[in-house]
Amino acid sequence: MLELLHLRTGKPVYDNLYRYWLRIFSVVFAMGVVSGLVMSYQFGTNWAVFSDKAGPVIGPLMAYEVLTAFFLEAGFLGVMLFGRDKVGPRLHFTATLAVAVGTFISAFWIIAVNSWMQTPTGYELSPNGQFLPGPSWAAIIFNPSMAYRLVHTVIAAYLTTAFAVGGVGAWHLLKDRDNPGARTMFSMAMWMAALVAPVQILAGDAHGLNTLEYQPAKVMAMEGHYQSHPNGAPLILFGIPNSKERRIDYAVEIPKASSLILRHDANAPLAGLDTIALADQPPVGIVFWAFRIMVGLGFSMAGLGLLSLFLRWRGKLYDHRLLLRFAVLMGPAGFIAVLAGWTVTEVGRQPFTIYHLLRTAQSVSPLGAPAVAASLVAFAVTYFTVFGFGIWYLLRMMAKPPEAHEPALPNDPTRTAGVTPAPALLGGTET
Amino acid sequence: MIDLTVIWAGIIAVAIVAYVVLDGFDLGIGILFPRLDVGPERDTAMNSVAPVWDGNETWLVLGGGGLLAAFPLAYAIVLPALYAPIIAMMLGLVLRGVAFEFRWRDPAHRAAWDVAFAAGSTIATFAQGVALGALLQGITVTGRAYGGGWWEWLSPFSLLTGFSLVIGYALLGACWLIWKSEHGLQDKAFRYAAWLAPALLLAIAAVSLATLTLEQQYYLRWIRYPGILLTAPVPLATAAIGVLFFRAIKQRREAQPFFLALALFGLCIAGLGISIWPDVIPARVTIWQAAAPYRSQVFMLVGAVIMVPVILAYTAWAYWVFRGKVDAAGYH
Repeated sequence: MLELLHLRTGKPVYDNLYRYWLRIFSVVFAMGVVSGLVMSYQFGTNWAVFSDKAGPVIGPLMAYEVLTAFFLEAGFLGVMLFGRDKVGPRLHFTATLAVAVGTFISAFWIIAVNSWMQTPTGYELSPNGQFLPGPSWAAIIFNPSMAYRLVHTVIAAYLTTAFAVGGVGAWHLLKDRDNPGARTMFSMAMWMAALVAPVQILAGDAHGLNTLEYQPAKVMAMEGHYQSHPNGAPLILFGIPNSKERRIDYAVEIPKASSLILRHDANAPLAGLDTIALADQPPVGIVFWAFRIMVGLGFSMAGLGLLSLFLRWRGKLYDHRLLLRFAVLMGPAGFIAVLAGWTVTEVGRQPFTIYHLLRTAQSVSPLGAPAVAASLVAFAVTYFTVFGFGIWYLLRMMAKPPEAHEPALPNDPTRTAGVTPAPALLGGTET
Repeated sequence: MIDLTVIWAGIIAVAIVAYVVLDGFDLGIGILFPRLDVGPERDTAMNSVAPVWDGNETWLVLGGGGLLAAFPLAYAIVLPALYAPIIAMMLGLVLRGVAFEFRWRDPAHRAAWDVAFAAGSTIATFAQGVALGALLQGITVTGRAYGGGWWEWLSPFSLLTGFSLVIGYALLGACWLIWKSEHGLQDKAFRYAAWLAPALLLAIAAVSLATLTLEQQYYLRWIRYPGILLTAPVPLATAAIGVLFFRAIKQRREAQPFFLALALFGLCIAGLGISIWPDVIPARVTIWQAAAPYRSQVFMLVGAVIMVPVILAYTAWAYWVFRGKVDAAGYH
């Protein structure tokens, strides 16, 4: 996008910003590479029975994801990071576009796997309990929740980036309201927030209705509906789930609003968790809270977007310190909302890994608890160290304001096959 | 009709060979790292692999993903059986991977990231060797699952393979440095290669002999007539390459030692193939028992047939771009 603007207008400010964020992107990507490596083995180490049973169906989808990511990483990312002057601006833009498309395709396969586990279709069961692909792969890939989940997830990714960029821009504007890079950053991010955040609310609503159709128990947990409501269910805004008494304590409710949202009819009956066998219920507390965090942040994002629109119209976008502070505060909102959202959908589909077909407790590897606990501790320590430092480096890079002449990444493709430009960034160490 | 299971076994084998050939030397650099002087020597060694290391490691992802897709039963049995070594390998690779990036980003903590790089590389290599040994010595299988405890992988034999692989990757790393560096660092690499090579040959001999005692299948295949006609060339070729290697070191050839060391690895992998074919879990599960159904194999094959050659070609091109010598400032 920045590059397109630069190509169209030739204004150097866009080009500078592109370079500023490209460097940050390269660090994030390096951390993604190593954690992705771990993922491809954890299915086997910790979820062996699941891997055996579901492998014939999800294995090929994951293999396609690896192949896509591999090609993206090996091919176009190198050009994108280092090849600008080698290949010319137009071809370079194509490479950047290819990276964006490749990332989307990667997400497509992963979401297909996850959605198949949530709403499995198109499979056959073998006598030994394996899930086998049916005649049509399309029936597996485009399962009922796939499209909703993909749209919701991809928009979430864009919003996350927009708010991170907006937060950094606002931070620098608070210090120096005339920094052109920070102004552009903030302005673009706020356009994105104003336009996309409301769309995301609609997409989330559609995803929710889809979930209601295929995974009603998850929606019951999200809404906190322990009981069925034959004459219209209330929307519980806040409250404390009490799993022992099976009710929501201190609930603040809007009568019949939940039925209105979910059934588009205030008096429509809505079943509660009392219709689901206890053994098939997800843990309500986690899902209930995570859902409220996600939705709360979603509406705050839309609110910030609309507020920015209003202040932009009044010509005060860059001066309103309260707006800027709010934007800084909302910088990490996207990350938190994404984590909360995944918590809702993953905890909400418990106690199953493949919905209604394979229980989580029956999916695990035949390992002793001490082995699993020890590896969990080892991972926790390593990841906290590594990602802690990584985030610290990122914040340090973001704390530096974008300057009029961001140093370019080196011209020669010194690292075409990799994404470790750090020595080059220390200033001309590449020859 | 073409047997897709065999084709998929071939593709996984290509991924494993590509991984060992490509990642072996850059892990080896990490193993040798503590022996290199702080400053230009370490920077040069790091620069020599910086452009290619993460492309190399992606073969490991491809191997894991491919195994799940093509042989889900093997994936589901082998990984829990090798739980501890696999986890150790992962954590080692994570540590060394970010160390590439972070040591440049954070000069104040560079010494700490250097330790992380060396330790991560060594742990990952040792764990890979142990995993290989554990696979060869046999895995307890109950029904469709792993049936052993969580220490089954640990044995004198798996420790031996672990140490052997550390020696082997260190040799590859030293040979890579011979090829890619000059002056003092190159001299140092020659010295290391000169004693790592005999150590590796000894280790190969020890592992080979020990392997024969593990399963009757291995013994019969290697020693009995007429199998021996097929298998005898492998140790003979290994010995011949050993001789060539010492000559190359003595004549201070620059590129030859690396490719001869790779040839040693190639022979070891060939020997491994002879021992276990057509099993995917030695003496327990064959590739046909573990294979995914036909529909899964066909669906994936379309992607693999297009992508794997493209990736190989791209990798070759990248190495061509980064040919030549390297120093503390990068490639010339």
